[in-house]
Amino acid sequence: MSAYVASLVSVIGINLILALGLNIITGFCGQVSLGHAAFYGLGAYTAAYLAKLGAPLPLTLLAGAVMAGAIGIVVGLTSLRVRHDFLAVTTMGIGFVFLGFVRKQKWLGAELGISGIPGPGMDPLAYALLISAFAMAVLVFSLWIKQSWMGFTFDAVADDEDAARTVGVNVSTYKLTAFGIGTALAGLAGGLYIYFARIILPDTFDFVESIAVLTMVVIGGTGSVWGVFASTVVLTLLPEVSRAAADYRLLIFGALLVLVMRFSPGGLAGLVKRRPA
Amino acid sequence: MSALARIDDLHISFGGVAAANGVSFAVERGEFLAVIGPNGAGKTTALRMVAGILRPDSGRVFFDDRDVTRLPVHARARLGLGFTHQIVRPFYGFSTVENVMLAAGHRETSSPWRALTSRSRDLAREKARTILERIGLSAQAASSPRALPLGQRKRLEVARAIALDPRLLLLDEPLAGLSSAEAAAMADLISGLPAQGITVVLVEHNLGEVLRVADRLVVLDAGKVLAEGVPAEVMKRADVRQAYTGVV
Repeated sequence: MSAYVASLVSVIGINLILALGLNIITGFCGQVSLGHAAFYGLGAYTAAYLAKLGAPLPLTLLAGAVMAGAIGIVVGLTSLRVRHDFLAVTTMGIGFVFLGFVRKQKWLGAELGISGIPGPGMDPLAYALLISAFAMAVLVFSLWIKQSWMGFTFDAVADDEDAARTVGVNVSTYKLTAFGIGTALAGLAGGLYIYFARIILPDTFDFVESIAVLTMVVIGGTGSVWGVFASTVVLTLLPEVSRAAADYRLLIFGALLVLVMRFSPGGLAGLVKRRPA
Repeated sequence: MSALARIDDLHISFGGVAAANGVSFAVERGEFLAVIGPNGAGKTTALRMVAGILRPDSGRVFFDDRDVTRLPVHARARLGLGFTHQIVRPFYGFSTVENVMLAAGHRETSSPWRALTSRSRDLAREKARTILERIGLSAQAASSPRALPLGQRKRLEVARAIALDPRLLLLDEPLAGLSSAEAAAMADLISGLPAQGITVVLVEHNLGEVLRVADRLVVLDAGKVLAEGVPAEVMKRADVRQAYTGVV
């Protein structure tokens, strides 16, 4: 495997963890989030800060996931008070708050971010395989959730919160669980990213990144694990196979979103018939 | 019989208008109690306060001698306090049997951890199918609730509530919008619930069916209890007839 392919595999793996994490919040549990990149950034900054202090890779990854998950649960508390478009605006605001904060923190490198991050202690190929292993684990975990009673209950919360309460579902706890898991996975992706890029800049975690991840989820089919898997791989590779696609990435993502909303609101997965109980 | 639930001096106002103004009554274990009254009497409001959907401004709700006034809807449901909505609320993304399965598997959804570590839906599916058969919806098990006519959706709402193994079932106008035949069939269906160990509180406008199936009546008017007792005696009262029908 060449260094280029290893790099490509790493990016796909990181994007898969990000998109599958958002899929748990938005796809499974029906909670719109437009600030997923903030949790990606939280994980990255936490891991980078600790890595520069000499913390080993497992600890930095764990810390990044825990930090993002903990803040994610706090942000998830807003989902108990607001729904739908109000939640979308609130989570979008969280993304801006995160960027506004890190850009002003000199101890986090401010506008220049954090550079000189130590390597993962393995060659790029081995690290790409490690990222892939994490991505596959998240894929399996997502499939497990989907098939478990948790997935069934998430579906109910996404469908009708009030009806879910009348059948004994503690909607608040399930929503916070979805936010906790999804944002912790974003934090894990952030931790993995720092050893790949070795430098982090605030702009990496901006609103556009949140929308890019959301695009992968929507085009794959919100709630569909395999749909999100397929769309993430395709949309990550797209800029690599064509220079034009790279130059017009946002335009293409936007156009795909419009097309999906118009012709297949259920995304790629919407083309597959729903399995009976 | 002993009281399974007790409502004690419930008050609630919306924009300064009192919807419940000191509502108190008890629900005896094993009975079929109907709450009736004219439009705006506070029947649905009282029922929603018992279910936990509305928080009273003052007053208390007891269920099995436990004060549940501050408990949320889901916690009351888990204690055995079932509720069906006046306007049916099926999970439209689920099939009919899946709607009932979620309630039938309520032990699996008691916490996210338990839900994450439980995968088999066989028992819940079996229980749901049994309930659907009992309630006359087995042929529609695989159908989407969108494909069901209103009468069947109302049955589904009851089936889902029964699947929670409630001890007290609060039914908010389950006959509303149904044809005479459908209403009679639904009334027959719910009148059999006390024999299955489910105490019933029914809020309903269809007085004919109410008088046919209820053991006892509570009449509300202007947010207060006007009368209560066995149907034949309550309906003889002039104040009840005047409040309910507008004629003496």
